[in-house]
Amino acid sequence: MQLIDCPWCGEREEAEFHYGGQAHVAHPEDPHALDDEQWAQYVFFRDNPKGPFAERWTHSAGCRRWFNALRDTVTHEFLAVYRVGDPPPPLIRTAPGAQPRQDPEATS
Amino acid sequence: MHPAANTPPTPGDVLPDHPDFLWRNPDPKPSYDVVVVGGGGHGLATAYYLAKNHGITNIAVLEKGWLAGGNMARNTTIIRSNYLWDESSGIYEHSLKLWETLEEDLDYPILFSQRGVLNLAHSLQDVRDSKRRVYANQLNGIDAEWLEPDEVAKVCPIVNVSSDVRYPVHGATYQPRAGIAKHDYVAWGFARRANDLGIDLIQDCEVTGIDISDGRVTGVRTTRGRIAAGKVALAAAGHSSVVAAMAGLRLPLQSHPLQALVSELLEPVHPTVVMSNAVHVYVSQAHKGELVMGAGIDSYNGYGQRGAFHIIERQMAAVLELFPVFARAHMLRTWAGIVDVTPDASPIVGLTPVRNLYLNCGWGTGGFKATPGVGWCFAHTVATGEPHPYNAPFTLSRFTTGALIDEHGAAAVAH
Repeated sequence: MQLIDCPWCGEREEAEFHYGGQAHVAHPEDPHALDDEQWAQYVFFRDNPKGPFAERWTHSAGCRRWFNALRDTVTHEFLAVYRVGDPPPPLIRTAPGAQPRQDPEATS
Repeated sequence: MHPAANTPPTPGDVLPDHPDFLWRNPDPKPSYDVVVVGGGGHGLATAYYLAKNHGITNIAVLEKGWLAGGNMARNTTIIRSNYLWDESSGIYEHSLKLWETLEEDLDYPILFSQRGVLNLAHSLQDVRDSKRRVYANQLNGIDAEWLEPDEVAKVCPIVNVSSDVRYPVHGATYQPRAGIAKHDYVAWGFARRANDLGIDLIQDCEVTGIDISDGRVTGVRTTRGRIAAGKVALAAAGHSSVVAAMAGLRLPLQSHPLQALVSELLEPVHPTVVMSNAVHVYVSQAHKGELVMGAGIDSYNGYGQRGAFHIIERQMAAVLELFPVFARAHMLRTWAGIVDVTPDASPIVGLTPVRNLYLNCGWGTGGFKATPGVGWCFAHTVATGEPHPYNAPFTLSRFTTGALIDEHGAAAVAH
């Protein structure tokens, strides 16, 4: 079973964790100012990249705390884990041989 | 080559001729009226009905791998139309009716077997939801019945309907016209007829870009060169987000691994299809004899066509709970496909903000059963520029207008 490196507990089995989808999606500061299109984007639309993805996980059968991870959606490899509130690592590794590239999340 | 008359024959020295190939493998032409992206079941069916129903034959179907080697080769082949909402039952029942004559239409054996599907209820809420769905199906002219546990046992004697299990069977919905078909044969049947109608099926041809000029699609860039297109129809299933991004479209999709598995070949023991939402397993027995079982999606986004082993382990526990007779069966192999899931568990089939670019995606875990139906409706959409009435509700814009078609849980099994 794949091991996930909880920032608080260390490596634990994947089955102890639950997935929380894309990270760094902030609630709109003024929801009433959003038009339908913007509201739809906030509620229903998420990135779905093939490759590194910044996402949320919770260690539900352990410390029960949330954290963020950069994970490659092709290899399922965890490239980095970091605490909620921390910015994502600026450089992310991709497949072997590929050039490191800027994480699009890092600029937003 | 014939052996000399005085030497005894050895195995293989007189080989039969190779059977006829079912389709050509042409090089792409510089230009087509319609380019279909994705050579799976949906793409092939769309191309076929574009030719058959609309007389459009200058079509290329582009497949990045080999024909029907994605989800079309990885599904659990279940066909049914017992969905709750009118919009869903419309398109799925349309599809089921096409399945019923597809073998004659394609003139190719697809082993379509209407052996019925049981959707088990394991709780009082399951019972209420199931009966509601039965009544909704009946109002829509779809065959559906509610069965008590003893009736479930008559339809499928190997289901454990005793009350002393963790999730006892309180009954089931039953759709007798539901069933299974041989997924590979379905794809080959569509491919053969599409080829006969002059359509180019181009394998090993990955789309790497979509050209748009003045808000209108003009062609695609591929690993085998640029191909100009009057219209482009996307049918890329799990990779829809990746392909649509080439046209600047952001879709409300999340791609997940969905795992399935088969047992070794067994004598016929399982006469129907059994699905259970609560313990989340669906099981049928293929003609060849293997038990075919599907799991729920792996929770995280993934494009790797593989999932986690604990999902399979949970799956086995669910199966043995329902079918104690399977305890000594050996699992032969497991695999995963990539399914594109929408927020309301219903597909997106229709127009896009880019002119002449059409979208078919978001079928999630349930696309196989829709193959002929969506091919029919998507072909209509592409040919006429207007959605067919059956796919008109399944717009991309419903996520902005709020007119969702929420089949989560309502679709007889969770997506």
